[in-house]
Amino acid sequence: MGVIGALLSGLLFGLGLILSGMVDPAKVQNFLDIAGTWDPSLAFVMAGAIGVAAPGFWLVRRRAAPLSGSQFRVPPADAPIDRRLVIGAAVFGIGWGLAGFCPGPALVSLPLAAPGTIAFVSAMVAAISVCALLQARK
Amino acid sequence: MTVTPFTPLESLAGGALIGASAVLLLLTTGRLAGISGIVRRLLPPYAASAPLEAAAFIAALFASPFVWTLATGGPVHQTVTPSLSLAVVAGLLVGAGVFAARGCTSGHGVCGLARLSRRSIVATAVFMATAAATVYAVRHVIGGWPWA
Repeated sequence: MGVIGALLSGLLFGLGLILSGMVDPAKVQNFLDIAGTWDPSLAFVMAGAIGVAAPGFWLVRRRAAPLSGSQFRVPPADAPIDRRLVIGAAVFGIGWGLAGFCPGPALVSLPLAAPGTIAFVSAMVAAISVCALLQARK
Repeated sequence: MTVTPFTPLESLAGGALIGASAVLLLLTTGRLAGISGIVRRLLPPYAASAPLEAAAFIAALFASPFVWTLATGGPVHQTVTPSLSLAVVAGLLVGAGVFAARGCTSGHGVCGLARLSRRSIVATAVFMATAAATVYAVRHVIGGWPWA
């Protein structure tokens, strides 16, 4: 059940990224470029996603457990805001602005095999791996 | 700079699909649809939790452009940077950043905002601001990536 749900969810997610235009780095950068060739489309992506997810999450969380597994594995919504969060988000934003790719659209684009996408995803996965291994050694 | 058309309807509908995907994943697996977290679970060191679901999600992401083309008959429109140096620098920053922030556009920007997580509201405001500042600096101050 969990695997089937994850497969369907991944497919919906990927198709949503493609239909919305999020998968096009030029469109993402134009959304971020208010002073230039601004394209406000991505505000509609966020509105659509949150508009469905907010009531959907609320309904799902009224259940005691998910369909597969004994409990929800969701971080507490009132967890503290620390320096690591702020610096990490700032660094992520710089990379996102530079290439116009965040992790989801980059992974969806990987099978299309543009050289820039392959380089981006390789570097991203390498960075996550190194960070995870360094953290585990502490 | 490539001009892209304003697509409010497609973007709203695509966003709704992303939201539905996140609801479905939470209902079936009990997890949030945060892409960086899902990638993290597929890399060592492994936690005890089921990486099979994470692998299935990523496999379906990889299948999605082919399903798109089969269903619509059209290609996936995108303009990816031709600069490999830019792609590598950006990928390293994105990887390190999402690891430290424990989330990206999906985990914080969609799922976190949808459940009014304070951490996600702060993270989203910060990455939107630095991303916009970066695009401004590269396009309007230095006039493009200097090491093509």
